[in-house]
Amino acid sequence: MDNSKTTYNRRSFLKASALSGGGMLLTVSWLSSFKSADKMQELPEQWATLNGYIHILPDNKVKLICPNPEFGQNVMTSLPMMLAEELDVDWKNVTVEMGPHDNAKLGAQFTGGSNSVRMYWKPLREAGAAARQMLREATAQTWNVPVNEVTTKAGVLSHSSGKSAKYGDMASKAAVVPVPKDLKLKSPKDFTIVRKPTKNVEGHKIVTGKPLFGLDYHMDGMLIAMIQHPPAFGMKLKSFDAVQTLKMPGIKDVFSIKLYEDGFEQGGFDTRTFNELLVVVGKTTWEVMNARKKLIANWEPAGDVKDTMSGRGGKREVIVPSELETTSKQLEKMQEYAKKPAQQLRKDGDPETAFKNAAQVIERTYNAPFLAHNCMEPMNFFAHVTDEKAVLAGPLQAPGWTEPTLMKLLNLPADKIEIQMTRMGGGFGRRAYGHYLSEAALISRKVKAPVKLMYTREDDMTYGIYRPMYTATYRAALDADKNLIAFHVKGGGIPEHAIHANRFPAGAVDNYLAEGWQIASNITIGAFRAPRSNFNAAAEQSFLDEVAEAAGKDPIEFRLELLKKAKENPVGKNNEYDADRYAGVLKLLREKSNWGKPGNEKYNRGVAAYFCHNSYAAHVVDIVTRDGEPYVERVFSAMDCGIVVNPDAATNMVQGAVVDGIGNAFYGQLTHKDGVAQQNNFSNYRMIRINEAPKSIEVHFVENDLDPTGLGEPPFPPVFGAVANALYKNKGRRFYNQPFQPDFKNSPRES
Amino acid sequence: MSIHYQNTTIVTAFSLKINGKIKKVDVDPSTPVLWVLRDHLDLRGTKFGCGVAACGACTVHLDGNAVRSCQLPVSAVGKSAVTTIEGLSEKGEHPVQKAWLEHDVAQCGYCQSGQIMSAAALLKANPNPSDQDIEAHMSGNICRCGTYLRIKEAVKSAAKK
Repeated sequence: MDNSKTTYNRRSFLKASALSGGGMLLTVSWLSSFKSADKMQELPEQWATLNGYIHILPDNKVKLICPNPEFGQNVMTSLPMMLAEELDVDWKNVTVEMGPHDNAKLGAQFTGGSNSVRMYWKPLREAGAAARQMLREATAQTWNVPVNEVTTKAGVLSHSSGKSAKYGDMASKAAVVPVPKDLKLKSPKDFTIVRKPTKNVEGHKIVTGKPLFGLDYHMDGMLIAMIQHPPAFGMKLKSFDAVQTLKMPGIKDVFSIKLYEDGFEQGGFDTRTFNELLVVVGKTTWEVMNARKKLIANWEPAGDVKDTMSGRGGKREVIVPSELETTSKQLEKMQEYAKKPAQQLRKDGDPETAFKNAAQVIERTYNAPFLAHNCMEPMNFFAHVTDEKAVLAGPLQAPGWTEPTLMKLLNLPADKIEIQMTRMGGGFGRRAYGHYLSEAALISRKVKAPVKLMYTREDDMTYGIYRPMYTATYRAALDADKNLIAFHVKGGGIPEHAIHANRFPAGAVDNYLAEGWQIASNITIGAFRAPRSNFNAAAEQSFLDEVAEAAGKDPIEFRLELLKKAKENPVGKNNEYDADRYAGVLKLLREKSNWGKPGNEKYNRGVAAYFCHNSYAAHVVDIVTRDGEPYVERVFSAMDCGIVVNPDAATNMVQGAVVDGIGNAFYGQLTHKDGVAQQNNFSNYRMIRINEAPKSIEVHFVENDLDPTGLGEPPFPPVFGAVANALYKNKGRRFYNQPFQPDFKNSPRES
Repeated sequence: MSIHYQNTTIVTAFSLKINGKIKKVDVDPSTPVLWVLRDHLDLRGTKFGCGVAACGACTVHLDGNAVRSCQLPVSAVGKSAVTTIEGLSEKGEHPVQKAWLEHDVAQCGYCQSGQIMSAAALLKANPNPSDQDIEAHMSGNICRCGTYLRIKEAVKSAAKK
């Protein structure tokens, strides 16, 4: 057993109280889990207190509260599994509820960064173990026996004398037992729930079409609102004529309001694309959609816009440039900037001299476009705002990040703002940006009625918060014996670069230089599944494939040699990855995919690996030519994310990430002409479909007892690199520019 | 009966057969069935994804055939029977729903009503579809989470039931 005492020593974090009508409510704070979390500087301040709830009811049913919003990563199942494991209850008796937004009791409640399972692993098990211990104490007192003689099994307390009681019988008594100071957590070998494939607790509701999502939220008398935003980034509303719109049936109001007043201090996730909101409010969705078509709106260039940002880094002014941007010109501009001096992010050894003395230098440049998140459920939120309070409901990843903004916008204290978290129809980072809550709240206050704000697909796709547009130039120096003696990456982007300077191959090359630069833009961007990594893994992993080839080495063997050096004789400090675990996924993948072995001649194979969000992922992508075009028919994946809490759901997530990666690598792009997004719906933004998905994706997990780390993001980035490398084998030339598919026809295979 | 407003016909009374029951609604004849279901009949299992019949999230059955309800005006329904996810089987006992649970297909779950309705229509017309049949029929339904492999497996499982 693992002894656990850290959580309770710093403050009185654990409270228990009797529920009215019997039963026990246990509240735990997770502050200690933050001490062990690395990369704290990337996390917002609100992460300071996390809590969880366990309800044990008299009928022996157990209601577990999921603190984090669900966007398909299956936290509503996996987090309660962790609680139930240590509580020692029968999973059949467990029901799960999404928690209310309550940062004081439940903490940050943030879904993203592949952090839910990782951050809650210890605190939730401690919460379960503490409750179990209190039940045992209460039982020992009732039966007048020593507490160490009271055992538990699946929600039943027993004593060798033959006495037995259900948790529900003892729950009220347990609620007044002092919270234990020392806890014993189970050893992984004793797990009975964690590591067992467990069905999605909301599966039945999903297949029967229950109204789980934000867009399904309904209140009698609720109005529907839509926002007509400018047709182009860099434009703003000049004037509008709503006469015809107001004559349309069902229409209640048309008006324009500002999202943020001048000088409003925006928080880190208050990204806003268009500040002037032209709003149509009506009775039903179709009436509002129709009436919008009658709006006469005049737009004008926004000019340079000054935003005031607060929060991390202190208050600062940010100038958003006014130019109406066009993709081809953006690419030219990036080429110009790539030649200019850039910010040095890391330097080891003497790269300049090493490149000068190299026997061979390889230099390659990679480009990738803006990507739209395209969550299947478009952005939407319900709001009912009065002078006294605000009730909001809908899909979002981090209510705690938007609440401070709502407090300022509505002039209401936190306890007068209720944010209900519905199931999300996808997130992928998009729903960390709560502008649509703020918009819904302001609209509701203005019309003095409950309102559901909804974006159409076109509104959603052309609004931004895209994955940035990226470029990176990589250089490698080989000596006369084909050893990699220097590595240089210079990355840029609109409006930010993607470089993670302390990731592999940093630490494995004696002479290393990483640099970054960026170009300001009015096209708004944000986190997109594995931010930055999703480009890095594409560029770096295809570059390493090319370098391995130049060195005359097998691409897996080449990486393993570098990782060996990174482990035995690491270069520099702050290398973020564990070289053993990185090598581990490559070795597992090599074995499971029969890499280099006969029997795979039919396939053009590409491999890639990456470390991000604390986990390790590697894929072999097998391409065949089908109907004259490359098709990814088969994929092998190897993951190391420590203990896999729910193996079946984990496999589903990795398979989904592989499909998502292939789709975005092949087809994904959002381009602009004079600021106008050139893709605005699924009819012109190509998404991967079932006939384009692989026939098989075989997922393997490294088996170890390490604390679990993230899984939503890590499998995604290396897919791009593996696809690029397999395409090289299929087409006989390298692919440097995403998306790859438009370039297929240009190149017959050369032998 | 129609209601006129500023010389325009804005609302017509429709009598629709939905999930085996007659439902009366007074709406603009151009209103897509999707919004009649969601806004007027409290049936919100049918989802809005794109509004242009490009994603399949709004799939319902019209006389047993899969149609995109976002592009089907209520005036075009006539006497045809509309079946939604709520009417496929309220308790989730349709073989396709059971197969979806058996394979634990869903991630976010938003597209799955549409996927299930497409799959159910396929199996009704073609009880033993090949992989290619499944791909051809289901390629109109986007799953952003990428659950396509499980969707295919679940359709095959349901076909065996």
